[in-house]
Amino acid sequence: MRAAALALALGLAAGAARAETIVMSLSSGAIPINSNFAGAEVAVFGSIERDGATVARAQDYDVVVTVRGPRGQVVVREKSRWGPLWLNLDQRKYIAVPAFISILANRPLESMATPAMRQKLRLGVDALVPPQGRRADEPDEPEFRAALARLRRGEGLFVENPKGVLFLTPTLFKAAIVLPGAAPLGRYDVDVHVLSDGVPLATASDGFTVHKGGVEARVAAASRETPWLYGLATALMAVFLGWVATIVFRRD
Amino acid sequence: MLFYLPIAELPINVLTLLGMGAAVGFIGGMFGIGGGFLMTPLLIFVGIPPGVAVASQAAQIAASSTTSLINYWRRRQIDVRLGLVLLAGGVVGSQLGVAFFNNMRKIGQLESVISISYVVLLGSVGLSMLIEALLSFLRAKRGVSAPTRRGGQHAWYEGLPFKMRFPRSGIYVSLVPLSILSVFIGFAGAVLGIGGGFIMVPALIYMFRVPASVVVGTSQVQILFTMVFATIMHAATNHSVDFILALLLTVGAVFGAQFGARAGMRLKGEHFRLLLALLICAVAARFATDVLVKPTERFSVTITETAR
Repeated sequence: MRAAALALALGLAAGAARAETIVMSLSSGAIPINSNFAGAEVAVFGSIERDGATVARAQDYDVVVTVRGPRGQVVVREKSRWGPLWLNLDQRKYIAVPAFISILANRPLESMATPAMRQKLRLGVDALVPPQGRRADEPDEPEFRAALARLRRGEGLFVENPKGVLFLTPTLFKAAIVLPGAAPLGRYDVDVHVLSDGVPLATASDGFTVHKGGVEARVAAASRETPWLYGLATALMAVFLGWVATIVFRRD
Repeated sequence: MLFYLPIAELPINVLTLLGMGAAVGFIGGMFGIGGGFLMTPLLIFVGIPPGVAVASQAAQIAASSTTSLINYWRRRQIDVRLGLVLLAGGVVGSQLGVAFFNNMRKIGQLESVISISYVVLLGSVGLSMLIEALLSFLRAKRGVSAPTRRGGQHAWYEGLPFKMRFPRSGIYVSLVPLSILSVFIGFAGAVLGIGGGFIMVPALIYMFRVPASVVVGTSQVQILFTMVFATIMHAATNHSVDFILALLLTVGAVFGAQFGARAGMRLKGEHFRLLLALLICAVAARFATDVLVKPTERFSVTITETAR
């Protein structure tokens, strides 16, 4: 009886602690890739709304913006020595890894929440790469996961920016999602988490797509929809240019 | 000036591609080759996915062989019958090559297959050319003429069944070794994105004694049609042909080839073969370091499936 009452009281307290809500907006819902595409920026604006019943916080708010690109299967291969040769002999398969991850926050995640809480909320690059699976005979090895994150960071596809969220007022924030030129095409999910003193208070989600536009879209569509014609056109273009060269540079 | 390539799906500098096309075109024009074995590694080096690189630059080889085919046609330096026989084998080989390419890509071993094939193929062709060129270079210095085969002498493969007469080249050989050669070159061409002229020309000269005056023009018949065929087959089966990439490379190469051809006319025969052999060996060595030298980064990441 007493335990139930305690649980109820805790539940109420937890309910009160989640009184904040987030209102968020993205500067764009669709990013077209045109021939001059060399990257893009999507701005996130958000406001932490409090109602009258919200308790005053001793600590300031923390905000984490998590951006996940389209998920896909990834193979991490390791070269090792085989006689005189270095060959890809070992590999691990990771299913449903986001092709792009960007973690923007107002301060380092480590100082914001405990590792258990970060794992639970899936905050940070490591929490977003699912343990690889599919086959039991492929044990997970931390060096493969580490290599995946390291290589993707090097390509600018996994980004962690602990100064990426800027508070304009104590409850109003903005962040800039920077997409590289080689940004993968597809659907991007944007999740915003608000924490205070290591406790999650509210979340909100939105998303945008990156798609080919203009000439790029038409070329890509032609290559998929009429592949024979597309191949023939490419070959004829080449033969035509080769023929033009014999006319232009004719040595008489 | 960055330009987004629609199939390779990355932005790349237009001037880089035009420059690469011109440089490879120059060397190709100088030696009378398509230069595919130089272009594919360069494209991979600047970050184009190997599959897209191989499939797209087949078009560039088609353009350069069109130019040289027309020039040889005007000078009547083509054995049409021999060219058509080689072409038939080339088309079969090309079809097998595209199928092999697609399978290797499916099991995720395409990159390794391309690297190892480059080492083996270019290494063996380059080294044997280098030895041959050095020997003839030394002979020329000492003023000794090369040993020649006498009229009645024939290699064993020339006497196999299905013999055919090629009056323009003045040879009478079995179709069996010719077919094997052309199927092999068509296959290698589709897998590695090369025309194969640097294998075909020496093979026709040394194995079948096709006269030097018709050998380049004749091999161009096979190269042009197999590359046109490979472009269409790659586009139709694996969607890896990037039209914009092919266009930029072709424009660069077409101009570069003209200047290369002029430079090539000033080269002496022995120097010519020695330089070409060194060039082929250098590319083979570059690929060999990939598999022989301990890599600084042992891991690599490949996306195998994407949900869009």
